Amino acid sequence: MAVIRWMLAVTLWLLLAGLAQGAAIEVREFDDPVLEKRYHSLTASMRCPTCQNQAINDSDAPVSGDMRDRVYQLLHDGRSDMEIRDHMVQRFGDYILYNPRLEGRTYLLWGLPAVLVVLGGILVMLMVRARRNASSRALSEHERQRLEILINRGDGQ
Amino acid sequence: MFIRMIPEIGHFALVIAMLMAAVQGVMPLAGAALRRPLWMAYARPMVAGQFLFVAIAYLCLTASYLLDDFSVANVANNSNSMLPWYYKFSAVWGNHEGSVLLWSLMLAGWSYMAARFSRELPRDMVARVVGVLGLVAVGFLAFVLVTSNPFERLLPNMPSDGADLNPLLQDIGLILHPPMLYMGYVGFSVVFAFAIAALLGGRLDAAWTRWARPWTNLAWAFLTVGIALGSWWAYYELGWGGWWFWDPVENASLLPWLTGTALMHSLAVTEKRGSFKSWTVLLAIFTFSLSLLGTFLVRSGVLTSVHAFANDPSRGFFILILLGITVGLSLLIFALRAPRVSQRTGFNWLSRDALLLINNILLVIMTVTVLMGTVYPLLLDALDLGKISVGPPYFNALFVPLTVIMCVFMGLGPTARWKQTDPRMLAKRLWLAGVAALVIAAIMPFVIGGEWNAWVALGLVAAMWIVLPTLRDLYDKTRHAESFGAGLRKLSLAYWGMQLGHLGMAVTIIGVAVVSNFEIERNVRMSPGDSVEVAGYTFTMNELTSRRGPNYIADGAEIEVRRGDSRRSFTMTPEKRVYIARGMPMSQVALRPGLFRDLYVAMGEDLGDNSWAMRVQYKPFVRWLWLGALLMAIGGVLAVIDRRYRRLATARDPEGKTRESAVREATA
Amino acid sequence: MTRRLLLSLPLLGFLMLMLFLYLGLGLNPFHRESRLVEEARAFPAFDLTTLEDPERRVDETLIQGDVTLVNVWGEWCPECKREMPQLLDLADRGVRLVGVNWKDTRDKALGFLEEFGDPFEVNIFDPEGELAFELGVYGAPESFLVDGNGIIRYHHTGYISPSDLREHILPEVQKWQ
Repeated sequence: MAVIRWMLAVTLWLLLAGLAQGAAIEVREFDDPVLEKRYHSLTASMRCPTCQNQAINDSDAPVSGDMRDRVYQLLHDGRSDMEIRDHMVQRFGDYILYNPRLEGRTYLLWGLPAVLVVLGGILVMLMVRARRNASSRALSEHERQRLEILINRGDGQ
Repeated sequence: MFIRMIPEIGHFALVIAMLMAAVQGVMPLAGAALRRPLWMAYARPMVAGQFLFVAIAYLCLTASYLLDDFSVANVANNSNSMLPWYYKFSAVWGNHEGSVLLWSLMLAGWSYMAARFSRELPRDMVARVVGVLGLVAVGFLAFVLVTSNPFERLLPNMPSDGADLNPLLQDIGLILHPPMLYMGYVGFSVVFAFAIAALLGGRLDAAWTRWARPWTNLAWAFLTVGIALGSWWAYYELGWGGWWFWDPVENASLLPWLTGTALMHSLAVTEKRGSFKSWTVLLAIFTFSLSLLGTFLVRSGVLTSVHAFANDPSRGFFILILLGITVGLSLLIFALRAPRVSQRTGFNWLSRDALLLINNILLVIMTVTVLMGTVYPLLLDALDLGKISVGPPYFNALFVPLTVIMCVFMGLGPTARWKQTDPRMLAKRLWLAGVAALVIAAIMPFVIGGEWNAWVALGLVAAMWIVLPTLRDLYDKTRHAESFGAGLRKLSLAYWGMQLGHLGMAVTIIGVAVVSNFEIERNVRMSPGDSVEVAGYTFTMNELTSRRGPNYIADGAEIEVRRGDSRRSFTMTPEKRVYIARGMPMSQVALRPGLFRDLYVAMGEDLGDNSWAMRVQYKPFVRWLWLGALLMAIGGVLAVIDRRYRRLATARDPEGKTRESAVREATA
Repeated sequence: MTRRLLLSLPLLGFLMLMLFLYLGLGLNPFHRESRLVEEARAFPAFDLTTLEDPERRVDETLIQGDVTLVNVWGEWCPECKREMPQLLDLADRGVRLVGVNWKDTRDKALGFLEEFGDPFEVNIFDPEGELAFELGVYGAPESFLVDGNGIIRYHHTGYISPSDLREHILPEVQKWQ
């Protein structure tokens, strides 16, 4: 029952929201261009908790506005990027971080590509080593076709 | 009276199309298995009939839109009598039901083309290919009829006018983007069918790769254009100048593009060298499977995305079943029928074979990375490990290094020879290109952005390392001809296709590197008379305007732009529109495009006192993103129209000929 | 044989993915757990006036003592109107309710309570959304159940339906009593 209900709610919600144009154009004054840069990168890397998939710098949702205000304020209080992110996560959860933190549940996410690169490298080494001496003499086009037919016949039937 | 019947005719045509697809799916496959020529002969007429009836259904829906038949729920929800006719035409695919119908139409169209242009193929191969396509079509037509019927009617209480098309979709980019994208997605179904047919028939020979290559290139070219159009549309329509968001829906289109790219390269190896056969077949299955997976992700609502369709989980369940049957069965066939013995074609470290192997491995790693990042939040949630988000910072952190590694090998690829390359020859040909790439990358950031930037330099090295060896190769290939022109003409279209594809990649990489690092954005409060300077351009607001469009009212600004002290100036007119039917506000940005920079002005909120929040952006080299994609697509198309391929595709291999003649005897 | 196993790996991988996608269909992508509940944190400190009396200042000690349902609402929020009957029912059952009137004006909010009923012992007036931000509220209505020691124990996002009341809210109230 609960499932069906939220399904209905989601459907309704999506029908209403549909494609949303995000254009939160705000005028903010920065004395220090470094702060401005940090503001942009921070607000671009935090996800609006209530939108479908928008960063808080790209969303018109009221909560995104509040979050931007808070980022701005914390930056001027001299807090570091890390502290500002923690501040937000303390309130809205890990969901708002577009850059997931490295922790137990995200080892696979961060580690897999690296592992694959290593495995891929090993695979290339093994394959080339195996094939380097596979055929000392290249087959002619005709031989190759005959071989192909033989292999396919042997396997396919 | 007849007009009122149009939706019913469409609905009926769809039912007939599905029945024909069922026959198209079952009879030829059974015929090929049992060697019954008569059954196999169902393939061509059924695929033609299926195409015809899906087309009739599609035309009926389009007619309902053009005639404002608001008794059709789909029309009432997505159109309006005030909507200009061309948007009524494109509104057909601006919603879930209509877009699945378009998907089905394209599938029928591709199937028809596959049957039409395979006269020279062995009959059982054609029967299997068409049969597999028929089964896929049954699934999709059933999906349309059961869960997403576009001909659903609102009778007797039909609304007097429609709810209007989402204003974001009232745009040329969105007229073109979905059809191109679907052409790509669906186009891979042909290659997929070829792969399954080859597995079923036990004929994984070089011939099938020759048949499959043009279809792969064509589908890939469409997908490339589709993705680029989507990015371009997001850039000017979503209002803040972003061009790629790593949104699940974008990732869904990138996944088959990555494996499709791998497939093109792996097909080359299989055709030329006879190796990697099973791998190539697997990639063909993966590519179409990922197209289907994309459809699932977009329409099931399991992932939250900006571009999600208004979706419901029952549809998600249906597509999941469809996906499970299609992909599960094909991978099962693969597991059972892929050749047990692989043909060992020898090659050495420094060979085109080895480089293409590396290319494939890297592309697969990229695919896994994107897939993992896209579904990881779902995975954790399903395991009750909490909610997280995976967004642009993650993807950029992994994609940039992977792309750079790829470029290192891409630069070597076209110059290297099959089987074995003399390292001294390679070094002799490429050392100059390498040095030049480094020098250019060291200098250009200053020229383009006025300051040193390591990321831009890295992007430029990567791009130049692709471009310069290409130029060197052109020079080598033409210098012995009597004239440069004659030498160029002698090169095959397939060669040009390859080089253009690589060149396009380099152009896109330059675009990404420069615009990501040198773009400038200013958000300012402006009232008439105010000016702001961005990247050497002075933007002066002359006046505020207001006007009425066909289905919206708009506040606008007239901005005069002048570069430096130049006397010449031009005007940019951003608007803030409110669409009447939905009461939805929309920012219509003003763009001044250029090859080396775009200027971008968007209107924000009315701040009172006659002043507005304005966003002014300077976007250097942003056009290169899409220009590169266009070059890649042109490369793909050139390779398709290469005469060599058409000739090769018509040349039958010995075994095919004997089977064909056996069939002919049987029918006689 | 090993090669056949190798060739079956894609199928196995795909089946795993299918399993997760199937599980995914049953999940609510819009549900968010609350950090405050996960870490069993105390109700955040605040210092605001009440809706009813602009002169009266209240702080986090207001929430301590009894099990309290803190409901974040606003006059501008249509879902809040729909859940008022359930909240009134809850108040009738003797549960202590404290409202947080979020991003509203006093006139409108008081009008709302007059029209739809007032289940709240007192309302914290939060026009700038300071307290709501500390609670990680991203849309109204949201409700937090706080135990007698002022620890947040349960979080409900969105409208509380009559069945939510029966199945979730009342059992939680019982649990922390």
